[in-house]
Amino acid sequence: MAKKIRVLMAKPGLDGHDRGVKVIARALRDAGMEVIYTGLRQSPDDIVAAAIEEDVDAIGLSSLSGAHMTLFPKVVQILKKKKAGDIVVAGGGIIPPEDVPKLKKAGLKGVFGPGTTLQEIVDFFQKNAGRSR
Amino acid sequence: MKSRAARAESPAKLVASLRTGDKRAAARLISLIEDDEPEAREVLRHIYRQSGRAHIVGLTGPPGTGKSTLISRLLQEFRKRGRNVGVIAVDPTSPFTGGAILGDRVRMADASLDPNVFIRSMATRGYPGGLALATFDAVRVLEALGMDLVFVETVGAGQSEVEIAKRAHTTVVVEMPASGDAIQILKAGILEIGDLYVVNKCDLGGADAMVANLAIVIPDRDKGWRPPVLRTVASEGTGVKPVADRLEAHWQYLNDSGELAVRERARAETELRGALAEAALRRLAARPASERRLRGAIERIARRRADVRTVAEGLLRPRQTH
Repeated sequence: MAKKIRVLMAKPGLDGHDRGVKVIARALRDAGMEVIYTGLRQSPDDIVAAAIEEDVDAIGLSSLSGAHMTLFPKVVQILKKKKAGDIVVAGGGIIPPEDVPKLKKAGLKGVFGPGTTLQEIVDFFQKNAGRSR
Repeated sequence: MKSRAARAESPAKLVASLRTGDKRAAARLISLIEDDEPEAREVLRHIYRQSGRAHIVGLTGPPGTGKSTLISRLLQEFRKRGRNVGVIAVDPTSPFTGGAILGDRVRMADASLDPNVFIRSMATRGYPGGLALATFDAVRVLEALGMDLVFVETVGAGQSEVEIAKRAHTTVVVEMPASGDAIQILKAGILEIGDLYVVNKCDLGGADAMVANLAIVIPDRDKGWRPPVLRTVASEGTGVKPVADRLEAHWQYLNDSGELAVRERARAETELRGALAEAALRRLAARPASERRLRGAIERIARRRADVRTVAEGLLRPRQTH
Protein backbone atom coordinates (compact mmCIF):
# COMPACT_ATOMS: atom_id res chain seq x y z
CA MET A 1 0.00 0.00 0.00
CA ALA A 2 1.32 3.45 -0.82
CA LYS A 3 2.52 5.42 2.09
CA LYS A 4 0.17 8.21 3.15
CA ILE A 5 1.22 11.55 4.51
CA ARG A 6 -0.28 12.04 7.96
CA VAL A 7 -0.68 15.56 9.28
CA LEU A 8 -1.99 16.67 12.68
CA MET A 9 -3.82 20.00 12.60
CA ALA A 10 -4.14 21.74 15.92
CA LYS A 11 -5.05 25.05 17.47
CA PRO A 12 -2.89 25.83 20.45
CA GLY A 13 -3.99 28.43 22.95
CA LEU A 14 -7.28 30.10 23.62
CA ASP A 15 -8.57 31.53 20.38
CA GLY A 16 -11.90 30.02 19.47
CA HIS A 17 -12.00 30.46 15.73
CA ASP A 18 -11.27 27.35 13.71
CA ARG A 19 -12.79 27.99 10.31
CA GLY A 20 -9.36 28.54 8.76
CA VAL A 21 -7.80 25.39 10.11
CA LYS A 22 -10.80 23.38 8.91
CA VAL A 23 -10.48 24.79 5.39
CA ILE A 24 -6.83 23.78 5.36
CA ALA A 25 -7.63 20.32 6.73
CA ARG A 26 -10.09 19.88 3.89
CA ALA A 27 -7.51 20.97 1.29
CA LEU A 28 -4.96 18.49 2.63
CA ARG A 29 -7.59 15.75 2.60
CA ASP A 30 -8.40 16.55 -1.02
CA ALA A 31 -4.68 16.25 -1.78
CA GLY A 32 -4.82 12.67 -0.50
CA MET A 33 -3.43 13.15 3.00
CA GLU A 34 -4.74 11.76 6.27
CA VAL A 35 -5.50 14.73 8.48
CA ILE A 36 -5.97 14.29 12.19
CA TYR A 37 -7.90 17.23 13.56
CA THR A 38 -7.61 17.70 17.30
CA GLY A 39 -9.80 20.69 17.93
CA LEU A 40 -9.60 23.91 19.85
CA ARG A 41 -7.70 25.02 22.94
CA GLN A 42 -4.91 22.50 22.93
CA SER A 43 -1.81 22.94 25.01
CA PRO A 44 1.57 22.34 23.34
CA ASP A 45 1.90 19.23 25.53
CA ASP A 46 -1.47 17.88 24.29
CA ILE A 47 -0.48 18.53 20.69
CA VAL A 48 2.85 16.72 20.97
CA ALA A 49 1.32 13.76 22.79
CA ALA A 50 -1.33 13.39 20.10
CA ALA A 51 1.25 13.76 17.31
CA ILE A 52 3.32 10.95 18.80
CA GLU A 53 0.36 8.59 19.19
CA GLU A 54 -0.76 9.34 15.65
CA ASP A 55 2.81 8.95 14.29
CA VAL A 56 2.34 11.95 12.03
CA ASP A 57 4.84 13.29 9.53
CA ALA A 58 3.95 16.88 10.27
CA ILE A 59 2.03 19.20 12.56
CA GLY A 60 0.13 22.24 11.31
CA LEU A 61 -0.53 24.87 13.98
CA SER A 62 -3.04 27.67 13.62
CA SER A 63 -3.22 30.75 15.76
CA LEU A 64 -5.16 33.93 15.24
CA SER A 65 -4.84 35.46 18.66
CA GLY A 66 -1.25 36.65 18.69
CA ALA A 67 0.09 33.88 20.91
CA HIS A 68 2.10 32.24 18.13
CA MET A 69 5.49 33.52 19.31
CA THR A 70 5.01 31.69 22.61
CA LEU A 71 3.08 28.60 21.58
CA PHE A 72 4.57 27.58 18.22
CA PRO A 73 8.22 27.38 19.42
CA LYS A 74 6.99 25.55 22.53
CA VAL A 75 5.63 22.74 20.37
CA VAL A 76 9.01 22.41 18.62
CA GLN A 77 10.84 22.34 21.96
CA ILE A 78 8.61 19.67 23.45
CA LEU A 79 8.90 17.53 20.31
CA LYS A 80 12.68 17.67 20.65
CA LYS A 81 12.47 16.78 24.32
CA LYS A 82 10.32 13.76 23.46
CA LYS A 83 12.83 12.65 20.80
CA ALA A 84 10.31 13.42 18.08
CA GLY A 85 12.19 16.33 16.54
CA ASP A 86 11.90 14.71 13.12
CA ILE A 87 8.22 15.70 12.94
CA VAL A 88 7.93 18.77 10.71
CA VAL A 89 6.17 21.76 12.28
CA ALA A 90 4.44 24.49 10.32
CA GLY A 91 2.34 27.37 11.59
CA GLY A 92 -0.14 29.78 10.15
CA GLY A 93 -2.64 32.44 11.02
CA ILE A 94 -2.39 36.13 11.81
CA ILE A 95 1.38 36.32 11.83
CA PRO A 96 3.12 39.64 11.18
CA PRO A 97 5.92 39.39 8.58
CA GLU A 98 8.55 40.41 11.13
CA ASP A 99 7.78 37.31 13.20
CA VAL A 100 8.38 34.90 10.33
CA PRO A 101 12.21 34.75 10.54
CA LYS A 102 12.01 34.40 14.31
CA LEU A 103 9.63 31.46 14.06
CA LYS A 104 11.80 29.80 11.42
CA LYS A 105 14.80 30.27 13.66
CA ALA A 106 12.80 28.62 16.45
CA GLY A 107 12.45 25.52 14.31
CA LEU A 108 9.27 25.98 12.30
CA LYS A 109 9.82 24.70 8.81
CA GLY A 110 6.98 26.70 7.29
CA VAL A 111 5.19 29.87 8.36
CA PHE A 112 2.10 31.04 6.54
CA GLY A 113 0.55 34.44 7.06
CA PRO A 114 -2.60 36.02 5.64
CA GLY A 115 -2.88 35.76 1.86
CA THR A 116 -1.25 32.33 1.56
CA THR A 117 -3.02 30.16 -0.99
CA LEU A 118 -4.24 26.67 -0.17
CA GLN A 119 -2.04 25.31 -2.95
CA GLU A 120 1.09 26.74 -1.28
CA ILE A 121 0.18 24.94 1.93
CA VAL A 122 -0.58 21.65 0.15
CA ASP A 123 2.74 21.93 -1.73
CA PHE A 124 4.59 22.60 1.50
CA PHE A 125 3.31 19.45 3.19
CA GLN A 126 3.81 17.35 0.09
CA LYS A 127 7.39 18.49 -0.18
CA ASN A 128 8.39 18.53 3.48
CA ALA A 129 6.27 15.80 5.03
CA GLY A 130 6.52 13.36 2.18
CA ARG A 131 8.58 10.32 1.45
CA SER A 132 11.96 11.94 1.52
CA ARG A 133 11.77 12.40 5.26
CA MET B 1 11.36 5.92 0.24
CA LYS B 2 11.13 4.35 3.68
CA SER B 3 8.03 4.96 5.73
CA ARG B 4 8.12 6.85 8.99
CA ALA B 5 8.06 3.60 10.80
CA ALA B 6 10.70 1.75 8.84
CA ARG B 7 13.08 4.66 9.13
CA ALA B 8 14.42 4.04 12.54
CA GLU B 9 14.57 0.82 14.47
CA SER B 10 14.43 -2.87 13.69
CA PRO B 11 11.19 -4.72 14.37
CA ALA B 12 12.74 -6.65 17.25
CA LYS B 13 13.85 -3.44 18.88
CA LEU B 14 10.43 -1.86 18.41
CA VAL B 15 8.78 -4.86 20.03
CA ALA B 16 11.16 -4.61 22.99
CA SER B 17 10.41 -0.88 23.41
CA LEU B 18 6.72 -1.61 23.09
CA ARG B 19 6.82 -3.96 26.01
CA THR B 20 8.31 -1.19 28.18
CA GLY B 21 5.29 1.00 27.44
CA ASP B 22 6.96 3.18 24.81
CA LYS B 23 4.17 5.01 23.01
CA ARG B 24 6.36 6.12 20.13
CA ALA B 25 7.24 2.49 19.38
CA ALA B 26 3.56 1.54 19.46
CA ALA B 27 2.68 4.41 17.15
CA ARG B 28 5.40 3.44 14.69
CA LEU B 29 4.37 -0.19 14.71
CA ILE B 30 0.81 0.75 13.87
CA SER B 31 2.11 2.80 10.92
CA LEU B 32 4.18 -0.15 9.75
CA ILE B 33 1.06 -2.27 9.79
CA GLU B 34 -1.03 0.37 8.03
CA ASP B 35 1.56 0.85 5.30
CA ASP B 36 1.83 -2.93 4.96
CA GLU B 37 5.58 -2.97 5.37
CA PRO B 38 7.18 -6.44 5.51
CA GLU B 39 8.46 -5.65 9.01
CA ALA B 40 4.87 -5.43 10.18
CA ARG B 41 4.28 -9.12 9.67
CA GLU B 42 7.41 -9.95 11.59
CA VAL B 43 6.28 -7.77 14.47
CA LEU B 44 2.85 -9.37 14.59
CA ARG B 45 4.43 -12.80 14.67
CA HIS B 46 6.33 -11.65 17.74
CA ILE B 47 3.38 -10.23 19.62
CA TYR B 48 0.41 -12.36 18.63
CA ARG B 49 1.00 -15.30 20.91
CA GLN B 50 1.05 -13.14 23.99
CA SER B 51 -2.05 -11.20 23.01
CA GLY B 52 -5.60 -12.11 24.00
CA ARG B 53 -5.75 -10.86 27.55
CA ALA B 54 -7.38 -7.53 26.81
CA HIS B 55 -11.11 -6.97 26.60
CA ILE B 56 -11.89 -5.66 23.11
CA VAL B 57 -15.05 -3.55 22.90
CA GLY B 58 -16.41 -2.46 19.53
CA LEU B 59 -18.68 0.58 19.25
CA THR B 60 -20.75 1.03 16.16
CA GLY B 61 -23.81 2.94 15.02
CA PRO B 62 -24.82 5.70 12.62
CA PRO B 63 -22.70 8.85 12.21
CA GLY B 64 -23.36 11.50 14.82
CA THR B 65 -24.91 9.34 17.51
CA GLY B 66 -22.07 10.17 19.90
CA LYS B 67 -19.76 7.18 19.71
CA SER B 68 -16.57 9.20 20.22
CA THR B 69 -18.04 11.22 23.05
CA LEU B 70 -19.28 8.08 24.75
CA ILE B 71 -15.83 6.49 24.41
CA SER B 72 -14.18 9.55 25.94
CA ARG B 73 -16.51 9.27 28.95
CA LEU B 74 -15.99 5.52 29.27
CA LEU B 75 -12.27 6.12 29.03
CA GLN B 76 -12.41 8.44 32.04
CA GLU B 77 -14.58 5.99 33.94
CA PHE B 78 -12.32 3.01 33.31
CA ARG B 79 -9.21 5.03 34.19
CA LYS B 80 -10.86 5.64 37.58
CA ARG B 81 -11.32 1.90 37.84
CA GLY B 82 -7.59 1.44 37.30
CA ARG B 83 -7.69 0.08 33.76
CA ASN B 84 -5.24 0.90 30.99
CA VAL B 85 -7.32 1.94 28.01
CA GLY B 86 -6.58 1.95 24.29
CA VAL B 87 -8.76 3.41 21.55
CA ILE B 88 -8.67 2.83 17.81
CA ALA B 89 -11.06 5.22 16.08
CA VAL B 90 -11.79 4.59 12.43
CA ASP B 91 -12.99 7.24 9.98
CA PRO B 92 -13.58 6.91 6.24
CA THR B 93 -11.04 7.43 3.48
CA SER B 94 -12.24 9.37 0.44
CA PRO B 95 -12.78 6.97 -2.45
CA PHE B 96 -11.83 9.79 -4.82
CA THR B 97 -8.67 11.31 -3.39
CA GLY B 98 -7.50 8.72 -0.86
CA GLY B 99 -7.43 11.45 1.78
CA ALA B 100 -9.24 11.45 5.11
CA ILE B 101 -10.21 13.72 7.95
CA LEU B 102 -9.81 11.86 11.22
CA GLY B 103 -11.79 13.83 13.75
CA ASP B 104 -12.64 11.46 16.57
CA ARG B 105 -9.83 12.80 18.73
CA VAL B 106 -11.62 16.12 19.05
CA ARG B 107 -14.01 14.46 21.52
CA MET B 108 -11.22 12.72 23.36
CA ALA B 109 -9.02 15.70 24.20
CA ASP B 110 -6.91 15.72 27.37
CA ALA B 111 -6.50 11.95 27.48
CA SER B 112 -3.23 11.80 25.54
CA LEU B 113 -1.07 12.98 28.40
CA ASP B 114 -2.03 9.96 30.47
CA PRO B 115 0.68 7.29 30.02
CA ASN B 116 -1.94 4.57 30.50
CA VAL B 117 -4.12 5.72 27.63
CA PHE B 118 -3.36 5.40 23.92
CA ILE B 119 -5.62 6.80 21.22
CA ARG B 120 -5.04 6.24 17.53
CA SER B 121 -7.08 7.51 14.59
CA MET B 122 -7.21 5.31 11.55
CA ALA B 123 -8.53 5.77 8.03
CA THR B 124 -10.34 2.90 6.31
CA ARG B 125 -8.08 3.11 3.20
CA GLY B 126 -10.70 1.37 1.13
CA TYR B 127 -11.46 -1.51 3.49
CA PRO B 128 -15.19 -2.22 3.78
CA GLY B 129 -17.28 -2.93 6.85
CA GLY B 130 -16.58 0.23 8.83
CA LEU B 131 -13.08 -0.85 9.81
CA ALA B 132 -9.57 -0.64 8.36
CA LEU B 133 -7.55 -3.68 7.37
CA ALA B 134 -5.02 -2.73 10.03
CA THR B 135 -7.51 -2.14 12.85
CA PHE B 136 -7.26 -5.40 14.73
CA ASP B 137 -3.53 -5.79 14.19
CA ALA B 138 -3.24 -2.37 15.80
CA VAL B 139 -5.35 -3.70 18.69
CA ARG B 140 -2.69 -6.40 19.19
CA VAL B 141 -0.05 -3.67 19.38
CA LEU B 142 -2.01 -1.82 22.05
CA GLU B 143 -2.34 -5.05 24.01
CA ALA B 144 1.42 -5.53 23.86
CA LEU B 145 1.79 -1.94 25.07
CA GLY B 146 -0.10 -2.97 28.21
CA MET B 147 -3.65 -1.88 27.51
CA ASP B 148 -6.16 -4.21 29.15
CA LEU B 149 -9.25 -2.63 27.62
CA VAL B 150 -9.37 -1.51 23.99
CA PHE B 151 -12.25 0.36 22.37
CA VAL B 152 -12.63 0.09 18.61
CA GLU B 153 -14.85 2.78 17.13
CA THR B 154 -16.14 1.95 13.66
CA VAL B 155 -16.89 4.40 10.92
CA GLY B 156 -20.40 5.78 11.32
CA ALA B 157 -22.20 2.69 10.14
CA GLY B 158 -25.52 2.25 8.46
CA GLN B 159 -27.26 -1.06 8.33
CA SER B 160 -24.93 -3.82 7.29
CA GLU B 161 -21.46 -3.10 8.67
CA VAL B 162 -21.39 -6.06 11.00
CA GLU B 163 -17.77 -7.23 10.86
CA ILE B 164 -17.03 -5.55 14.17
CA ALA B 165 -19.23 -8.10 15.98
CA LYS B 166 -17.15 -10.96 14.65
CA ARG B 167 -13.91 -9.41 15.83
CA ALA B 168 -14.60 -7.64 19.12
CA HIS B 169 -15.49 -9.43 22.36
CA THR B 170 -18.31 -7.07 23.20
CA THR B 171 -20.21 -5.02 20.65
CA VAL B 172 -22.01 -1.83 21.65
CA VAL B 173 -24.54 -0.41 19.22
CA VAL B 174 -25.01 3.32 19.79
CA GLU B 175 -28.23 4.84 18.57
CA MET B 176 -30.05 8.09 19.24
CA PRO B 177 -33.70 9.12 19.53
CA ALA B 178 -35.73 9.75 16.40
CA SER B 179 -33.26 8.04 14.08
CA GLY B 180 -35.87 5.82 12.51
CA ASP B 181 -39.24 4.31 13.13
CA ALA B 182 -40.03 0.76 14.22
CA ILE B 183 -39.62 -0.57 10.66
CA GLN B 184 -36.03 0.70 10.43
CA ILE B 185 -35.32 -1.00 13.69
CA LEU B 186 -36.89 -4.27 12.58
CA LYS B 187 -34.51 -4.57 9.64
CA ALA B 188 -31.69 -7.06 9.76
CA GLY B 189 -28.07 -6.13 10.22
CA ILE B 190 -26.45 -3.74 12.62
CA LEU B 191 -29.32 -3.76 15.08
CA GLU B 192 -28.87 -7.48 15.58
CA ILE B 193 -25.24 -7.46 16.59
CA GLY B 194 -25.21 -5.65 19.91
CA ASP B 195 -24.29 -7.17 23.24
CA LEU B 196 -25.26 -3.79 24.63
CA TYR B 197 -27.44 -1.08 23.15
CA VAL B 198 -27.01 2.54 24.11
CA VAL B 199 -29.53 5.21 23.23
CA ASN B 200 -27.40 8.33 23.50
CA LYS B 201 -28.64 11.95 23.43
CA CYS B 202 -31.55 10.83 25.60
CA ASP B 203 -32.21 14.46 26.46
CA LEU B 204 -33.75 14.79 22.98
CA GLY B 205 -37.39 13.94 22.40
CA GLY B 206 -38.35 10.44 21.31
CA ALA B 207 -35.97 8.55 23.59
CA ASP B 208 -38.69 6.41 25.16
CA ALA B 209 -39.93 5.24 21.76
CA MET B 210 -36.40 4.38 20.65
CA VAL B 211 -35.68 2.40 23.80
CA ALA B 212 -39.02 0.59 23.59
CA ASN B 213 -38.56 -0.28 19.89
CA LEU B 214 -35.07 -1.59 20.51
CA ALA B 215 -36.20 -3.66 23.45
CA ILE B 216 -38.73 -5.42 21.21
CA VAL B 217 -36.36 -6.39 18.43
CA ILE B 218 -33.25 -7.42 20.32
CA PRO B 219 -32.71 -11.06 19.43
CA ASP B 220 -32.24 -13.80 21.98
CA ARG B 221 -29.19 -15.29 20.34
CA ASP B 222 -27.29 -16.04 23.45
CA LYS B 223 -29.12 -17.92 26.21
CA GLY B 224 -27.03 -16.53 29.02
CA TRP B 225 -26.96 -12.84 28.10
CA ARG B 226 -29.90 -10.60 27.42
CA PRO B 227 -28.50 -7.43 25.76
CA PRO B 228 -29.52 -4.42 27.85
CA VAL B 229 -30.74 -1.13 26.39
CA LEU B 230 -29.19 1.77 28.28
CA ARG B 231 -29.75 5.50 28.14
CA THR B 232 -27.00 8.09 28.14
CA VAL B 233 -26.32 11.75 27.57
CA ALA B 234 -22.63 11.25 26.91
CA SER B 235 -21.86 14.94 26.45
CA GLU B 236 -22.87 15.46 30.09
CA GLY B 237 -21.60 12.14 31.38
CA THR B 238 -25.09 10.97 32.31
CA GLY B 239 -25.66 7.22 32.35
CA VAL B 240 -22.04 6.35 31.61
CA LYS B 241 -21.36 4.37 34.78
CA PRO B 242 -24.10 1.80 34.08
CA VAL B 243 -22.63 1.30 30.60
CA ALA B 244 -19.20 0.66 32.13
CA ASP B 245 -20.76 -1.74 34.65
CA ARG B 246 -22.52 -3.70 31.93
CA LEU B 247 -19.34 -3.87 29.85
CA GLU B 248 -17.56 -5.40 32.81
CA ALA B 249 -20.47 -7.76 33.40
CA HIS B 250 -20.40 -8.91 29.79
CA TRP B 251 -16.66 -9.62 29.94
CA GLN B 252 -17.26 -11.58 33.13
CA TYR B 253 -20.07 -13.47 31.44
CA LEU B 254 -17.94 -14.31 28.38
CA ASN B 255 -15.20 -15.68 30.61
CA ASP B 256 -17.47 -17.63 32.96
CA SER B 257 -19.81 -19.15 30.37
CA GLY B 258 -17.26 -20.42 27.87
CA GLU B 259 -18.75 -18.07 25.27
CA LEU B 260 -15.36 -16.37 25.00
CA ALA B 261 -13.84 -19.46 23.40
CA VAL B 262 -16.74 -19.61 20.93
CA ARG B 263 -16.21 -15.99 19.96
CA GLU B 264 -12.44 -16.37 19.71
CA ARG B 265 -12.99 -19.21 17.25
CA ALA B 266 -15.40 -17.07 15.21
CA ARG B 267 -12.85 -14.27 15.23
CA ALA B 268 -10.06 -16.61 14.15
CA GLU B 269 -12.19 -17.84 11.27
CA THR B 270 -13.07 -14.31 10.11
CA GLU B 271 -9.43 -13.26 10.30
CA LEU B 272 -8.15 -16.37 8.55
CA ARG B 273 -10.60 -16.03 5.69
CA GLY B 274 -9.65 -12.39 5.32
CA ALA B 275 -5.93 -13.20 5.39
CA LEU B 276 -6.35 -15.94 2.80
CA ALA B 277 -8.09 -13.59 0.39
CA GLU B 278 -5.41 -11.00 1.00
CA ALA B 279 -2.61 -13.54 0.53
CA ALA B 280 -4.12 -14.72 -2.75
CA LEU B 281 -4.13 -11.14 -4.05
CA ARG B 282 -0.60 -10.60 -2.82
CA ARG B 283 0.67 -13.75 -4.59
CA LEU B 284 -1.11 -12.76 -7.73
CA ALA B 285 0.48 -9.34 -7.63
CA ALA B 286 3.91 -10.88 -7.13
CA ARG B 287 3.74 -12.86 -10.39
CA PRO B 288 5.54 -11.55 -13.44
CA ALA B 289 3.48 -9.16 -15.56
CA SER B 290 0.68 -9.29 -12.99
CA GLU B 291 -0.40 -5.72 -13.59
CA ARG B 292 -0.61 -6.27 -17.35
CA ARG B 293 -2.58 -9.51 -16.91
CA LEU B 294 -4.90 -7.84 -14.43
CA ARG B 295 -5.54 -4.90 -16.78
CA GLY B 296 -6.24 -7.33 -19.60
CA ALA B 297 -8.65 -9.26 -17.40
CA ILE B 298 -10.48 -6.10 -16.37
CA GLU B 299 -10.80 -5.16 -20.03
CA ARG B 300 -12.30 -8.56 -20.91
CA ILE B 301 -14.89 -8.24 -18.14
CA ALA B 302 -15.73 -4.63 -19.04
CA ARG B 303 -16.25 -5.60 -22.71
CA ARG B 304 -18.32 -8.61 -21.64
CA ARG B 305 -16.01 -11.09 -23.31
CA ALA B 306 -15.92 -13.14 -20.10
CA ASP B 307 -17.68 -13.07 -16.75
CA VAL B 308 -15.92 -12.06 -13.58
CA ARG B 309 -15.87 -15.48 -11.91
CA THR B 310 -14.37 -17.25 -14.90
CA VAL B 311 -11.69 -14.59 -15.18
CA ALA B 312 -10.88 -14.80 -11.46
CA GLU B 313 -10.55 -18.59 -11.64
CA GLY B 314 -8.27 -18.23 -14.64
CA LEU B 315 -6.02 -15.75 -12.89
CA LEU B 316 -5.72 -17.94 -9.80
CA ARG B 317 -4.85 -21.12 -11.73
CA PRO B 318 -1.21 -22.15 -11.20
CA ARG B 319 0.99 -20.85 -14.00
CA GLN B 320 2.23 -23.23 -16.64
CA THR B 321 5.96 -23.72 -16.42
CA HIS B 322 6.71 -24.06 -20.15
